[in-house]
Amino acid sequence: MATNRLKAAGAALVSACLLAGPAAADLVFPDLSYRTGPYAANGIPFSDGYQDYMTLLNERDGGIGGVAIEVLECETGYNTEKGVECYEATKGEGALLYQPLSTGITYQLIPKATADGIPVHSMGYGRTSAKNGEVFRWVFNYPANYWDGASHAINHILAENDGDISGKKIALVYHNSAYGKEPIRTLEELSAKHGYELMLLPVDHPGQEQKSQWLQIRRQKPDNVIMWGWGVMNQVAIQEAVNIRYPMENFIGIWWSGSENDVLPAGDGADGYKALTFHNLGDDYPVYDDLQSYVVDAGKAAGAGDQLGTALYNRGMYAAMLATEAARTAQEIHGTADITPAMMRDGMEALEMTEEKMAGLGLPNFGPTFSVTCSNHGGDGLGAVAQWDAGAKEWSLISDYGPADEEVLRPLIIADSTAFAEENGITPGCN
Amino acid sequence: MPDQLLFAMEVFLNGLMAGVLYALVALGFVLIFKASGIFNYAQGVMALFAALTLVGIMEGQVPFSHLINAVFGTEVHHFGWHLPALAAILLTGVVMIVLAWVVNRLIFRHLVGQEPIILFMATIGLAYFMEGLGDLMWGADIKKLDVGLPQGINLWIDETTFEAFGYGFFIDNLDLWATGIAAALVVALTIFSQYSKQGRALRAVADDHQAALSVGISLNFIWVLVWSIAGFVALVAGIMWGTKSGVQFSLSLIALKALPVLMLGGFTSIPGAIVGGLIIGVGEKLFEFAIGPLVGGATENWFAYVLALLFLVFRPQGLFGERIIERV
Repeated sequence: MATNRLKAAGAALVSACLLAGPAAADLVFPDLSYRTGPYAANGIPFSDGYQDYMTLLNERDGGIGGVAIEVLECETGYNTEKGVECYEATKGEGALLYQPLSTGITYQLIPKATADGIPVHSMGYGRTSAKNGEVFRWVFNYPANYWDGASHAINHILAENDGDISGKKIALVYHNSAYGKEPIRTLEELSAKHGYELMLLPVDHPGQEQKSQWLQIRRQKPDNVIMWGWGVMNQVAIQEAVNIRYPMENFIGIWWSGSENDVLPAGDGADGYKALTFHNLGDDYPVYDDLQSYVVDAGKAAGAGDQLGTALYNRGMYAAMLATEAARTAQEIHGTADITPAMMRDGMEALEMTEEKMAGLGLPNFGPTFSVTCSNHGGDGLGAVAQWDAGAKEWSLISDYGPADEEVLRPLIIADSTAFAEENGITPGCN
Repeated sequence: MPDQLLFAMEVFLNGLMAGVLYALVALGFVLIFKASGIFNYAQGVMALFAALTLVGIMEGQVPFSHLINAVFGTEVHHFGWHLPALAAILLTGVVMIVLAWVVNRLIFRHLVGQEPIILFMATIGLAYFMEGLGDLMWGADIKKLDVGLPQGINLWIDETTFEAFGYGFFIDNLDLWATGIAAALVVALTIFSQYSKQGRALRAVADDHQAALSVGISLNFIWVLVWSIAGFVALVAGIMWGTKSGVQFSLSLIALKALPVLMLGGFTSIPGAIVGGLIIGVGEKLFEFAIGPLVGGATENWFAYVLALLFLVFRPQGLFGERIIERV
């Protein structure tokens, strides 16, 4: 009798554990998504791409190294407080990595995740100086960061002007927030180096009304406009540029201003608009065949299955691919499939993305080749330029992946990360 | 004429146009507050919901298609039609009337006589419910709205001002249309409230609920009527703002632009909403033009509220609001 009770209690305990959360052996990747609120149109395709790629690995390969992946989705609504709540709610589930898709949430998670020993990957957003891995031991921002982006934009304008932009006027239309202000310092430094005049035009959240800024652009006629926007600000800016007949080929946005959502409302007028990117576009990759058959057709897609191949779906998928490849690297380094967050960090610090590896994953030439080290958490900072074809309704790369101006950026990153280290009593190093 | 003066004139005109768009949103708040004393927090979401519904109907999108497909395993997304804009606007108007009826039947009918703060809280709940409902019905993707309104620079104004001053003014065709439509809307509302039986009943309710009830006016009918009109005004605002930026969930935030207009123009005056909108539009644009560059720009959001607060100091009831004197 007592034995039966013990068995029953044991079975109940096992059942409770199974119901309470993912099995201990699962590789847990929280997805801090936003499918509701003003930024949902951007959050949905990113999250769909992220989750669908994880599902593909589970369905096709049985997970990573034979261990299933568990995605814990938590809705942040692009709200920093909710993002922190999501972190607190999921970190105890064995979370290996956080990718919050929000600069505000990333800033809040940096001290928390550092204290908890869980890696954060802010891919193309977040705190730029996190590239210095000797200070930000648990934070990564490969393959490119905001300052790289600012430099890529200037490099592109330089290339279009035979390397001489002295005397040119370049306007920055930016979201008046910590995110939008990120490139200003870099653009000022590059202005001193190349001799262009920088014109700053902040736009208040959410950016639905930008008449003043675009009237100023119409009056002052800058040679180029760079945009640092997100959400509705992008659509309104592109429409206003069309309205004042600003030449779209001289208008270039950061990668967060370069989705289909941003250009489609402006119709044919958006033709020729450019945006930076750190991954390729479209759906002409073998992995999409697998996504279609193993995930979408099998009814296992995270969303409606209608976002495949869009810029933000690709970015979410790319984020998932980089996460899972880091996990695979961690498994190889430590000789175990059941990795911990600390092992995950080791995998991220040893990550090498080669063309051969991407081709093997069904993503040939999908992103730049790069490697991560302990001291360099930002990769090689390569970026490319894409252009919108309104007739075909598609983005296409119009440049190769090129480097940022390290001569200018490196001192800025060292200065910012050193200041952070001093403020927080961190001794830089790789131990 | 000096360049700066020409630029200031251009900014002034664009400020007027922006003010009309703010006034369109403020108008919905005023209508409901005037008739029922409810500060309708959901007015911005009503504009979003109306615009979503309009695009959905025009494009023949099946409402709740994601839910239907998930539950029944079907693959329905579109009815296969593309309705003309006018027909879609009329159908959306019907949807907004049904919504007004449902809102009153299920919420406000049960809250008659409650404190204003309770009614306000109810509209907060309504706002979040409608945002979720809109998402569930039509999806969260950004939708292009094209009802045939022209957009872009008005060439006639550009050329005429260029000939006169040597500098062509930029005025957006959409803003000109918005001005015309807003003017027509105000005239129609004025005629309706002054000369129709329902309009007079509406004014009676606005003046004194109890007295209106005592002469046989149905409070429920009036509330449904006024919520329907506010729904139609929200539809017009949704069309204008949705055409500018695409129909997306941040459209609900246009309510933030209406608040300083209401503070300035008063919560109970239709002309106040219009004049308040124009003052806010011109004030914030001129301030951004003249002072913005000296203080780093992005002054419009906060300056609108500063301007409204300045007016409030001298006229707490707003520029056109009713002065309420209560006996102690």
